[in-house]
Amino acid sequence: MSLKRVLGATTALTLCSAAAAFAQDTTITIATVNNGDMIRMQGYTDQFTEETGIGVEWVTLEENVLRQRVTTDITTKGGQFDIMTIGMYETPIWGANGWLVPLDDLSEEYDVDDILPAMRDGLSHDGTLYAAPFYGESSMIMYRTDLMEKAGMEMPDAPTWEFIREAAAAMDDDANDINGICLRGKAGWGEGGALITAMSNSFGARWFDEDWTPQFDQPEWKETLSFFTDMMNESGPAGYATNGFNENLSLFQQGKCGMWIDATVAASFVTNPEESAVADQVGFALAPNKEGVEKRGNWLWAWALGIPAGTQKADAAKQFIEWATSKDYIELVAENEGWANVPPGARTSLYETPEYQEVPFAEMTLNSIEAADPTNPTVDPVPYVGVQFVAIPEFAGIGTQVSQEFSAVYAGQQSVDEALEKAQAITQEEMEAAGY
Amino acid sequence: MARAVSTRRKTIATAAAWGIGLLIFFPILWTILTSFKTEAQAIADPPIFLGFDWTLENYRVVQERSDYMRFLWNSVILAGGSTILGVIIAVPAAWSMAFVPSKRTKDILLWMLSTKMLPAVGVLYPIYLICIRFGLLDSRAALVAILMLINLPIIVWMLYTYFREIPGEILEAARMDGAGLKEEILYVLTPMAVPGIASTLLLNFILAWNEAFWTLNLTAANAAPLTAFIASYSSPEGLFYAKLSAASTMAIAPILILGWFSQKQLVRGLTFGAVK
Repeated sequence: MSLKRVLGATTALTLCSAAAAFAQDTTITIATVNNGDMIRMQGYTDQFTEETGIGVEWVTLEENVLRQRVTTDITTKGGQFDIMTIGMYETPIWGANGWLVPLDDLSEEYDVDDILPAMRDGLSHDGTLYAAPFYGESSMIMYRTDLMEKAGMEMPDAPTWEFIREAAAAMDDDANDINGICLRGKAGWGEGGALITAMSNSFGARWFDEDWTPQFDQPEWKETLSFFTDMMNESGPAGYATNGFNENLSLFQQGKCGMWIDATVAASFVTNPEESAVADQVGFALAPNKEGVEKRGNWLWAWALGIPAGTQKADAAKQFIEWATSKDYIELVAENEGWANVPPGARTSLYETPEYQEVPFAEMTLNSIEAADPTNPTVDPVPYVGVQFVAIPEFAGIGTQVSQEFSAVYAGQQSVDEALEKAQAITQEEMEAAGY
Repeated sequence: MARAVSTRRKTIATAAAWGIGLLIFFPILWTILTSFKTEAQAIADPPIFLGFDWTLENYRVVQERSDYMRFLWNSVILAGGSTILGVIIAVPAAWSMAFVPSKRTKDILLWMLSTKMLPAVGVLYPIYLICIRFGLLDSRAALVAILMLINLPIIVWMLYTYFREIPGEILEAARMDGAGLKEEILYVLTPMAVPGIASTLLLNFILAWNEAFWTLNLTAANAAPLTAFIASYSSPEGLFYAKLSAASTMAIAPILILGWFSQKQLVRGLTFGAVK
């Protein structure tokens, strides 16, 4: 091959790669979790790139790793990511610290007012939105209609804890390997900690009073924890102290739970005949409350997309967020995969769509989300925001330690009183050290 | 005279060795089997061992969703680079400690090992900040250096143990024949210690391949190896065990094959000097 030809080929190659680089000159990097809706979104990003010329690199991580990873990056201004998938816990704290780009100039077509008010409040600080919800969830009761009928009971739309305990005992059937109720007991503020905190609201308990004094020494907490432990010991699965979302999902899908109170997003899994053995026997109801207490035991959470303050590609990132959390994206998914598979819980207009109203869990999901109030989560006033968490930086540590103490109760390693005493001491110490 | 070993004892020993071997291998076997099941079969209770309809669907999905070759290539570079760099640094260090010991040699060896006792997360922020400062976040260069440093104490220790087995007189003879330090290490010591060096290389390659703290925390899109590839299939909300198993099988396959073909070398190296 002559030198001329080699040079010619090299030049052509260089030009080709330069042209390719120009076409995709901006590439944004997005950190996310491996949840079904997120994975689905990754499948559609080619369309975004086609429309805008902006390339997208995905970094998918396990939830705890993601949290550690994005926290490290944002606190050190590492600049590794242009968009981060974060939740309702991080968003207001990071927004207050100036670590996130405010989303206060989204386009008119985006229609920011269409975002469900509960989601918008939970993802804002001082009235400014810092992350756009990709999908939102609350918690609700999923129950087996056939087992309920067999037990001779009828699930009200808004049951009490007393009813749930009675129904769980009636549905419990050891001979057929059916547990009356399956609930999270796994340690971790986002696992068992989330359930027991949301439940405590419906018993009138709270984490702190208005002076930031921990409240684990109050009777409401003792009542919550005792009720939970007694009910689970009577009608729950063996080893529930280590069960989290996935373990309970697995039990429910195999027909081994009469009831399961957990994230509304689970509804699409348990009603999917390809995955669930009980898909056509599932009913839904609002999370319970204690008789006489107005608040219900349902939480509020959103997986949202936020832009770290140090990024050089804020405009491209904002373009992506507008695309991924838009009404058009929901329609795109509905068109290709059906309405049951669109990201739920983020937009009001979704729940006004007639086709979506026909999805069996749509109405109960919306009711559950609307029943949760992050700024006023329990009966008495609190100084914090958050239903199943307290939106202060110290909570991740305290919440995990306290839930470990509770899990030790579920595992039979200590009494309710011992756990609450330790929880009070741990929280008191951490809060004092943090200067509250 | 060799001790006579009865057939009965031999049979028991063989059976026990197979039993323990299978027990250790079972989780890997289960992962491989699960990767060929559907998601529903993966969580079935009682678990299905072999009687299921084998499917390649999970592998198809994983292939479609992730650029496996990019992760694999990064793993090869990180594990290979850090191991080779580590051996280059450790050979002279182990040589000096084995053949020219001082009264502090033992302390130095222990001190080196003590660096392994610090939990990695304790230095996450300093290292992260250094990487930002030098523009090395999400770069293979930074990870090669870090993985090399993590494994260096083990490499030095292993080589030190092997070198100690080589009689110093041989090196003396080489010196008398006019060999300089370079020739002594390259042409006399290294060839004699090949089994030891090979097993050190292999073991550290495996350790670096499996390292999952720094490789997850310091990478994003460019330098992420197979550990990040597996982590991307773990889900907090949803049961994707079959896909996770397929991803895990794809991630461990290269190292499993490497281990299989080099087991003779590995065992020879690990037991080197054990029998006198």
